[in-house]
Amino acid sequence: MAKHVAQYRRYTRSTAGSIGYFTILILAGLFMVFPLFYCIITSLKPLDELLIFPPKFFVRRPTLTNYTVLPALLGNLQIPVSRYVFNSIFIAIVSTFLTIIAGSMAAFTFSKSKVKGRKILFLIVQVMLLYNGVTLGVPQYLIFTGLDIIDTYWVYILPAIPSAVNCFLMKQFMDVSVPDTLMEAARIDGARVSTMYWRVVMPIMKPAWMTVLLFSFQSMWSVVPGGTIFSEQLKTLPFVMSSITAGGIARAGSSMAVTVILMIPPIAVFLFTQSNVMETMSSSGIKE
Amino acid sequence: MQRRIEKLPRKKLTNEEVEFYLFLIPFIGTFFVFNILPVVSSMVLSFFDFDMLSTPTFVGFGNYLRMFVKDQVFSKVVGTTLKFAVIAGPASYILAFLLAWMINEFPRAIRVFLTFIFYVPALVGNAYYIWQIMFSGDSYAYVNNFLISFGFITEPIQWFQDSQYNFTIILIIQLWMSMGTSFLANIAGLQNVNTELYEAGAIDGVRTRWHELWYITMPSMKSILLFSAVMQIQSVFSASTLMQTLAGYPSVSNSVDTLVSYISDIGTVRYEMGYASALSVFLFIIILIVRYLIGGLLNLVGKSDR
Repeated sequence: MAKHVAQYRRYTRSTAGSIGYFTILILAGLFMVFPLFYCIITSLKPLDELLIFPPKFFVRRPTLTNYTVLPALLGNLQIPVSRYVFNSIFIAIVSTFLTIIAGSMAAFTFSKSKVKGRKILFLIVQVMLLYNGVTLGVPQYLIFTGLDIIDTYWVYILPAIPSAVNCFLMKQFMDVSVPDTLMEAARIDGARVSTMYWRVVMPIMKPAWMTVLLFSFQSMWSVVPGGTIFSEQLKTLPFVMSSITAGGIARAGSSMAVTVILMIPPIAVFLFTQSNVMETMSSSGIKE
Repeated sequence: MQRRIEKLPRKKLTNEEVEFYLFLIPFIGTFFVFNILPVVSSMVLSFFDFDMLSTPTFVGFGNYLRMFVKDQVFSKVVGTTLKFAVIAGPASYILAFLLAWMINEFPRAIRVFLTFIFYVPALVGNAYYIWQIMFSGDSYAYVNNFLISFGFITEPIQWFQDSQYNFTIILIIQLWMSMGTSFLANIAGLQNVNTELYEAGAIDGVRTRWHELWYITMPSMKSILLFSAVMQIQSVFSASTLMQTLAGYPSVSNSVDTLVSYISDIGTVRYEMGYASALSVFLFIIILIVRYLIGGLLNLVGKSDR
């Protein structure tokens, strides 16, 4: 705390600079928050205020109608909405769990072993940081077809497991936070690799896998089925949301209500993991 | 025990090494199937004609010839992709660093709050639907009405269907959503800069905060800057869902169609897998070139031209 106060009074700071500094900060903050603010306000507007001309930004008689009509609005879907909710939660949890386990096991070998080939493999992982599922879309589609897993949960889950960024973050964190001497001590006690991994490394690695938990959960929570899912019962919640949004201005209130509801889980996960994320990201640099 | 293992002939793997290799399998196995194999198979398939039904026929450089010589849409789409990347990439990269730098000196509680404010749009994923409502084409929509009532325009504008505006608006939305992983990495990196360096810098004649930024802060976090660049490159070159959702595909005179959207159209809609593979290979190479160009540029950080 005292450190920050001292930094503030550093004499590299000019008054004009500070004014410009806060102006930019406030403008950027407004730009970030305004759409979300608009979304929440719109979700609280009754129908007549949504259709009023000219439209008002603020709501005069806030109501929760847009939220309470959702069950009825979603009730006439072919598939009960609970199935979409289940799909989204199931996909987010399973793929997050698997990416943490697979990624941290590989990170352990990359960081703490001397086995042959680990350096070149990690180098390839670093190159693949550049390409995500979207860039690899069509080539992956060929693989899905070859494995015959089109139109199953696997097309969501399997490609999410080998996430380069997840493994990379855990490896970099391990380099910094798990001392080699600790490994040596465990080895002298006769610990096997699996024991070291589970008893020594994973507890120290908590900030790293909490961070991966956040990144993986937030990306899988918003996943929308592409051309690889046809069955209605395998589609996700954001997909339903997009069909409500397509309903035009009369549905604006409800679609904003759904948007607000969909925002809650990732925000909750962020608040829960926040302090760990900062600790992990400080070791995320790529050294060349 | 340990000694004896080390004295074994080099070729035999120790139990520990075997276990370490086994630990790689879940990740590397899936990594190979879903990341490496797609890249390699599209390199191979780019020399073939393949419609997913009949056996592939070899066409040599035919697909590449079609791409660079015949395909009018390709040049248009590459133009849009590069224009988008060249504007949105540096803009979001600089903004992610600048904002992180600005909130760095606040006390912890305020810093966490501001981090949250800037990170929320990236965190909540599909929230760009909000912009769809704000920028709807009718005069009930907030933005149109606002502009009409202040006399800037007289008729409501179809924002996403007008090739004059849709690119700019999508650029703004991309910027709005881009304070993600790289932003968080920057904040963490800035927190770790050794504060003694600032004092030393002040003694050595650093007088403005810009000098401090260029000569002390940025060089101390070069590796984070590179990671952050890689993350932004990945995100600007894969931007496509945003455009497809808001402006449709194909958009008016291909104004906001990106290479990724075009590839998925050629591949998963028209089933011209050979051509889609050639386009993918082109995209992979472009991204790789940009990545190493940026890596080279970042080496200039902290260098003085005097």
